[in-house]
Formats: sequence, C-alpha cells, structure tokens
Amino acid sequence: MKRLLVVLGAVCLIVLLLGAMHDLAPASVELHAAVAANLTASGVEHPVTAVLLNFRGYDTLLEIAVLLLALIVILAIGREEASNAEATVDVRLLVSPVLQTLAKLATPLMIMVAFYLLWAGSFRPGGAFQAGAVLAAAAVLLHLAELLPSWQSPGARLRLGLAGGFLIFLAVGAGSLMQGALLEYPLEQAGALILLIESGLTISLGLILAGLFLLLSRDDGETS
Amino acid sequence: MTAGLLFASVGVILFALGVAGVLLLEHLLRRILAFNIMGSGTFLVLVGLAQRNGIADPVPQAMVLTGIVVAVAATALALALARRLYVLTGKLELSQDDEA
Amino acid sequence: MMVWLILLPLLWASLAFMLGPSRGVWPAIAGLVAQLWLAFALAAEIVGSGAAMHAVGGWGAPLGIDLVADGLSAAMLLLTQCIALPLAVYAHAYFKRDDPARNYFWPLVGFLLAGLNALFLSADLFNIYVTLELLGLAAVGLVAAGGGAQQIAAALRYLFATLVGSGAYLLGVALIYGTYGTVSTVTLVSLIGADAPDLVWIAGGLMVLGLMLKTALFPFHFWLPPAHGGAPAPVSALLSAVVVKASFYLILRLWVGPFSSLTVVASLVVWFPALLGTLAVFWGSYQAIRAERLKMLIAYSTVAQLGYLFLIFPLLASAGALQAGIMQVFAHGLAKAAMFAAAGTLIKATGQEMVAGLAGVAERLPVTLFAFGLAGITLMGLPPSAGFLAKWQLIELALSQQQWVIAFVVLVGGLLAAVYVFSVLRQAFLLAPADSVVTPVSRTLEWTAFVLAAASVLLGLRGVELMQLVGVT
Repeated sequence: MKRLLVVLGAVCLIVLLLGAMHDLAPASVELHAAVAANLTASGVEHPVTAVLLNFRGYDTLLEIAVLLLALIVILAIGREEASNAEATVDVRLLVSPVLQTLAKLATPLMIMVAFYLLWAGSFRPGGAFQAGAVLAAAAVLLHLAELLPSWQSPGARLRLGLAGGFLIFLAVGAGSLMQGALLEYPLEQAGALILLIESGLTISLGLILAGLFLLLSRDDGETS
Repeated sequence: MTAGLLFASVGVILFALGVAGVLLLEHLLRRILAFNIMGSGTFLVLVGLAQRNGIADPVPQAMVLTGIVVAVAATALALALARRLYVLTGKLELSQDDEA
Repeated sequence: MMVWLILLPLLWASLAFMLGPSRGVWPAIAGLVAQLWLAFALAAEIVGSGAAMHAVGGWGAPLGIDLVADGLSAAMLLLTQCIALPLAVYAHAYFKRDDPARNYFWPLVGFLLAGLNALFLSADLFNIYVTLELLGLAAVGLVAAGGGAQQIAAALRYLFATLVGSGAYLLGVALIYGTYGTVSTVTLVSLIGADAPDLVWIAGGLMVLGLMLKTALFPFHFWLPPAHGGAPAPVSALLSAVVVKASFYLILRLWVGPFSSLTVVASLVVWFPALLGTLAVFWGSYQAIRAERLKMLIAYSTVAQLGYLFLIFPLLASAGALQAGIMQVFAHGLAKAAMFAAAGTLIKATGQEMVAGLAGVAERLPVTLFAFGLAGITLMGLPPSAGFLAKWQLIELALSQQQWVIAFVVLVGGLLAAVYVFSVLRQAFLLAPADSVVTPVSRTLEWTAFVLAAASVLLGLRGVELMQLVGVT
C-alpha cells in the first residue's frame, strides 16, 4: 500500500514537473549580468569564486558552520573514552609496502596540488573547497595505508585547527560589520581578505573532511 | 530541448527516485544513498533550469557548491548515526514497531 | 544590531568547542544574555521606526543577500532568546558531571540558535535553505548526543524526515530560481503574480509540504514523539518550544510574502493546512491522553498544539489572524519549554518516567508541579494566560467570518488538553506509596521551569505590546 502510494506520487511529480518545465518564459532577473558587472569590485577574477566569497559569502560562512557542526555531532555521538583496543586481536592484513611507498610519494604532491588549487581559485576553477578536499584525500590515503591512525578525540591543537578557518571567517565578518555591513570588504583589500579567508578555510576544511573519515573509522568496540 | 532543460529533466527524475528510495528502502546505507541521489537531482535542476538558454550563470553554480558541502555534512552525520546504531544494536535498519 | 544575533551564537559555539568537551557554559550564558538584550533592543527599534534591513556585503538583493527584521521576525527572535536563556541555566544544572550528552552540548546549542536566528532574519530563499540545514543537523545532533540505541534510532528517523523536508524545499527554490532568476523574497513578491506559470505552483507546493514535514504537522508527525520524548529534558524543551516553530514561521512567511498572490487566487488551498491542523489537534490530544510515559504525553501534546497554528490559514485575509497565530506560538513555546523542564525535574527526582509513577510529588516538589500546572493552564487556554488570548482571538475571528468549524476545533482542543493535563496532576496529588523515593533536586531546576511557566501565563496580560510588534511591516 505504502509502496504503491509512494511510487504513484513520484510518477505524478515527474510528469507534472516535466510538463511544467517544458515551455517556460525566460527569467526576468539576469544575475549573470550583475555578477559580470560587479566582478572588478569583488576582488577576484573568477565569477564563481566571486559569488561564493563575496556576493553570497554569507551562505559560505553558514555552510562552513554546517560542516563544523557535522564533525561536532560525530564527536558527540561517539564514545569519548578509547575502547580497550589492546584486548582485541588485530586481524587486518598487512598493508603492502608498495601501497605505503606510493602513499608516501603521493602525499607531498597532493599538498602541492592543494596549494595550487587554492592559489588558482581567484582566477580559474579551484579554491578553498577543492584544495581542502585534496588535503583530506591525502589524509585518507595515509590512513588507508596505515601510516596515519584514526582519531579518537581531538586534542586542543587539533580543535584549534578544525575551528580556526571558521573563526578567521567569522572574525573578518565581525570586523567588516563594525566598519559597515557584514562581509563588506573595502575595495582595495577585498582580494587580500578573500585570500586570507580561503587559506584558513583550506586548512580547516582539509582537517574537517579528513576528520569525518578518521572519526568514523575509529574503533568503537564490539557490537553487542 | 536545450542541454540545460535535459539536465533539469534528468534531475527531476533523480529527485523523485531518491525521495521514493528514502521513503521505501529499509537498509540505512541504501536510504543514505537515496538521499544523495535526491540531492544530486535537485542540484541538476538548479544548474540546468537556470542555464536552459545556454548562458552560463555563476550564481546557481555557487549555490550548488554550497549545497554539495551541506549534503556532505548531512551524509557524514547520517553515516555516523547508522554506524552507532549498528554498534549498539547490530542492525542497520530502523524497526517498524517503535513508530507508534 | 540584528547581525550580532547571528554572529554571537556562532562565536560562543566555536569557542565552547575549542575549550573542549563539556566546557563552555559561561561563554554560552554570557552570549545568551547579550542576545536577549539585542532581541529586546531590536524589537523596540522596530516598533519605533519600522522594519530594518541589512544588505550583507553591501551588495543588496538580488545580487547579494538581504537580512530583514520586521515585526514577525523580531517577535520570533525575542521568543527564541527568552526561552533559550532560562533553558541554558536549567541545562547547566540538569546534566550530571559524567553525562555523555553534556560533552558537546554547548557547541550544538550555539549552532542551533545561530541557525534559528539566521532563519528568522533571512530574506533569501537559498540562504534560508542553509539555515534550515544548520538548524536541522544541530537538532538531530542534540537528540543523538550521548544517547543509547533508542535515541540514535529516533535521531535517524528525525534526520531522514528533516533531510527530505529540506530537499523538497530546495527543489522548490531551484524551480523558483529557474523561473525568475532570483531567490530574494523581497524581489519575488513583485514578480510572482496570479498568472504565475504552473512551475511556480508546484514549487510552492513542494516548499510548503517540505516545511510541513519539518514542522511535524499531522500526518507528518511520526518522527516527533520519539525524538522529543527520548532526548534529554533541556533538549526536548528547546526542540518542542522553538525548533518546530521555525519551519512554521517559514510557511507563514512564504504564504503572506512571495506566494501571497497565489494563495489569494486559490480559495480552496487555504483549507488544506487547516484540515491537517484539525486532524493534528484531535490525533495529538488522543495520543497524549493515551500515553503512559510522561515525556511522550508532552511530545504528543506538541503535535496537538502545532495543529492550532495551521487553523489560522483560512483566516489570514483578515487583520488579526497573524497576531493570533504568533500569540499561540509564544504561548505554546513558553508553556512547552516549562512543561518539559518540569517533567525533566520530576523524572530526575522520582527516578522513573511513567505518569503512573508521579504519585506523591505534589508535596515533595510543589514548585515544579506548580510550574507544570501553570503551563497546563496556558495549553488549555484558561484566562489570563497567553494561550487564552490566542484562542480567544482565533475564535472571535472564526465567528466573525462564520467559520464555525474552526471555533469548534479550538474549543474541543482546549477540553482535550484539560484531560491530559489533569491526568498528570491527579496522579501527582495522590498519596505517595510507602516505598517511593524522591531524591532532592537542585533548586535551579525547579525555578527555571517556574519562570518559563509564569511567563506563559503573564504574557496574556501584556499581549497588546506583542500584537503591536507583530503588526509592524
């Protein structure tokens, strides 16, 4: 019964939407023109980066909060104390030395790529998210090659690293609010401020994304 | 039909499939995957419909980037909860009887 | 000024996270005091000089994101901070030192409040989506934090409900952007006319349905009782009192804002939320009367009380309906926060969570029971409480428009509320069995619940100011 209703509803939705999308008049507001017109005032040359960190930078600020929040929730639902890992016998296969060597070789390259992506973000596709994702991928690779242990509960320095990028962003927001509007950058400093935010975010995003993986893979004890 | 409209149409179908999956599937991993299909469908509609006349618009592209990060956060959260449930009960399904 | 209401909780939340597990109560309380002051100042400013606007980044809509504080949003901000501060004090006294739910409580609450405040202020449909997710994930985290299998299962159910809800909302936003090229609510008001293409109707339907799922309106309420009934008492209080109201606020916002020309044309559509609201009042009350666990009773009472909010939609065309709805939001918010807080104290003191186990608490915990009773008065709608004011207005409006059904539902709902409130009170006044143990509890727990309950009753005497604030556009 439920199955039939849901399938019927889904089919109705598809038919209705496809029918309604078919002949649609052109949009009355053309934001791409507004973005192009204000691009020089945004401090960056790439339109998507300009939207992400300037025109709609407030969305990005909240989105980093969502990501940090997800990490905190994962910490909150896990067990705080480390389980008695010594008692359980490690039955994992030995990781092949080829994988370990390759991982060691790839990691510095990936860090380089991350910094290139960060720098490239201001004028071509790239930016803090892509750079952070590459950094996190490096950490995951090291973890899978058993060169990096999974996290139990982060210490003070790691917590600073996790929240630091968000706090820099927040500080820039608060500073600009005191000068005028939230996240309104002065014209001549816009590029520098965006680079500062993106640099902080790259480190923190890399740590948070890596943390999502390394915290999920922590030893949580036996199933009951 | 322009390329943008085609993307949007596929997005609509993916969204409907995803919602049906979240509502009907029992296994938690499948439901989480269904949620991701639903999200991808929405993102395709967002970029496809807005750029149906072939002119690139950076605003929906940036919105989708934001949406993807939010979806990553939600997925990680769902996986962590599912894993915790498995550790505590040994099951990867929500039982039906405690709904009432 | 309004932007600080968003930045402050973000700031103390991340500070609390950096201080480490189970730390951060003092930054949180200090931040909440400042937020309460800001909310009052904002409300006073708006009453004096009309709605305020802040263009983030200095760009202005449609290129940038606008924050708008009018009477409706200022009222919701005020309610949120008024409930959050006493509950924070309550939570500090509630959690034991080794309670795992305490470890990351403050960062999660901070992000939750930031999401709420940002949602109330935003005038941008996509930005609202991000705030909805911030709010939803923080709420799920608070339900799950430190919990056992039951809480984790409730949190997962809640998570899927909230994700499908915001997914439907986001698809609606995508369709709106595709049609008009903007997501600014202010710009959209003038763009969406009665002759809007079909796609906009579907978008509106998707958004409203998604938000109804997040508001736990009948028949989408299945996730609420396990989540609100299973979470620690301060979390249940916060979720029932304000979090479900945020998506209701958004439905109301869309209904009278961007989609106002659609809802005027479709005279039948306005009855859909009212019908579901009616069913919610009856079904929720019935389940609350049947409930054996105290917190489940209160959670089902939330399902019922949320139903009243949707009764205002057929009346929205006439002045005063919005005020009646917001008065009910305030009445239920304060009363339900008090009720969950009192229930938490009762459960802590008696050591068990059944209604039947409350015998004898009347003489041992009179303040807490009095708080529960006062909150019950508001839920039943007896004078002079805010609940009375809200229901009185609703009935008056319904009668003036010959909508007898709505008046009838409001009256019967009040009687049903009396049944479940008195079932708890009757049990509490029974003589305690000889072997019952009531452990002493901190006075903070007793008095914070009392303050919230007293506020829900006394607000009825100061209703005029609130109505005046809500009327500012």
